Amino acid sequence: MITIRELDIDLRDFHLRNINLEVAENEFFVLMGPTGAGKTVLLEAIAGLTPIMRGKIFIGEKDITGLPPEKRDISIVYQDYALFPHLTVIDNITYGLHFHKINKGEARERLTQLMDVLNLSHLQHRFPANLSGGEKQRVSVARALMVEPKVLLLDEPLSALDPGFREEVRGALKRLHRSSNITFVMVTHDFAEALSLAGRAAVMNDGMIEQMGEIEDIFKRPNSAFVADFVGMKNLFHAEFRGTTALVSDLKIELRVTPINSHGYIAIRPEDIVISRRKFSSSMRNSFPAVVTAIIDQGFYYEVHTRSREVNFTSLITKSSLIDLEIQEAANVILSFKAAAVHSF
Amino acid sequence: MKREPFFWISITCGIVIMAFIILPLIQLLTSPSVEMLRESIGDRDVIRSIWLSIYTAGLAALISFVLGTPLAYLLARYDFSGKRLVEGIIDLPIAIPHPVIGIAILSVAGKNHWFGQMLAELGVRIMGSVTGIVTVLTFVGIPFYLNAAKAGFEAISPRLEKVSRSLGASTFSTFARITFPLAWRSMLIGIIMCSARAISEFGAVVIVAYHPMVAPVLIYERFEAYGLKYSQPVAVWLVSISLILFLLLRILTLHKVEEQ
Repeated sequence: MITIRELDIDLRDFHLRNINLEVAENEFFVLMGPTGAGKTVLLEAIAGLTPIMRGKIFIGEKDITGLPPEKRDISIVYQDYALFPHLTVIDNITYGLHFHKINKGEARERLTQLMDVLNLSHLQHRFPANLSGGEKQRVSVARALMVEPKVLLLDEPLSALDPGFREEVRGALKRLHRSSNITFVMVTHDFAEALSLAGRAAVMNDGMIEQMGEIEDIFKRPNSAFVADFVGMKNLFHAEFRGTTALVSDLKIELRVTPINSHGYIAIRPEDIVISRRKFSSSMRNSFPAVVTAIIDQGFYYEVHTRSREVNFTSLITKSSLIDLEIQEAANVILSFKAAAVHSF
Repeated sequence: MKREPFFWISITCGIVIMAFIILPLIQLLTSPSVEMLRESIGDRDVIRSIWLSIYTAGLAALISFVLGTPLAYLLARYDFSGKRLVEGIIDLPIAIPHPVIGIAILSVAGKNHWFGQMLAELGVRIMGSVTGIVTVLTFVGIPFYLNAAKAGFEAISPRLEKVSRSLGASTFSTFARITFPLAWRSMLIGIIMCSARAISEFGAVVIVAYHPMVAPVLIYERFEAYGLKYSQPVAVWLVSISLILFLLLRILTLHKVEEQ
């Protein structure tokens, strides 16, 4: 669907180098990377909003490299919403219709449908200044989809929102993606977001793509130290959810919240797992016996790999704790972590 | 609560400045008798000069608007080498002494310069003509329009224009539907400032065109020939009419904003 070949961009203080990217039709693709990696610039290049130095961009079979943005059928949603402040919600949403030939009945139907899915009907005549962040972002998404683009670009659409709104907009994006034939490309630096929404992803760093592929592969098999460090969460497991319990193989892991879906992922940061030799009483609701399989010296701390039944955990421990606890390979230990340390998505 | 000494110093300075600005103006406005005011507005020379002032200043503002808007937009949106230099050049007319502006314009428009010769061949006369007055007023007024319009464009996020383009709008439609509706107030303030500056110009006009007489030149002439007392009524009329015009524009625009 979107093919980018050998793309170079030169801005005054920033460069994108040799970007090659392939996004399939109707895919939900995620671009990740630290601030300043060039994610937004790449999105704007796809939309034709940033001049490029070298390379080609295709949508399907069509070379769109030289096309102006208004001829590309690509909509964009920004983190700061970019709503037109002088237009009401409904005028914002229908803005693109001035430039597209769509018959009125069809347009009205699409409008009603979008306002339903995004829960905007009661806000129609308000001005953007009187909307909450979540409402603004939903308007911005509706406006982008109203023209039925081939591709929807989302530039960190959730990161400016409060957690409650974030969940809500995330759910809406997921539903919209499932019910349309539109290819979504989203920039984010939140792994939970990426995992819950996307199929494939690319990690960018310093104007280049570090790794691209299935999102799970990126998390489980980072191909560079940068990606490994960037991904951070080493304990990532496929899980089935039963109420507030996550089933990973046959380990029952307690969660603090009830996930919406029946299955998904859980992730635990290695520094959140406490290693001890004996069971001790604490408020931590998860506690499993495990066997140490490997100990890796990381300088200031040690990375301890353990196995509990079929599940491999990674945790961090200081050198003094390692010595005090007499932890060595094949030692029997107890792993403990709080229910709140388990991220589910 | 006991106030800091700095508070009282600020208040005192503020009062001095207010009095410094307002006192001479009140004195000017209250000096001429109603009789004299009536007499001077019956004077055809006075009416003609005030009208000429308003009309040439308005034309200068219009020219600044038409020529200046694209440049103001360019400066607000793009970074290029030499941008600082361009901005510096734009501010030059504010810094140059007014008679020098008049002399500079005449030296380009005169018979000894190729540009002046070209103008003469086209039948355009600068010296002592309405064209000359408008030229000078545009020269002194355009920086005010450019700076106000540029600030207005800068206040609009470029992302609004980008979104508009991505939704199918051409550059022109984007300007008409997004940029202009959001910037027109700044542009209008620029027009008001530009014409206010133009209507008050004396030094440069008097060199390029003593005749036809704009109001400030007429006031100066009356002052020279008949003294303070005879220049005051004309001054009062010029000040009042310009104030009323500017007030009217402000009210009209504020009214529209409230409707929105």
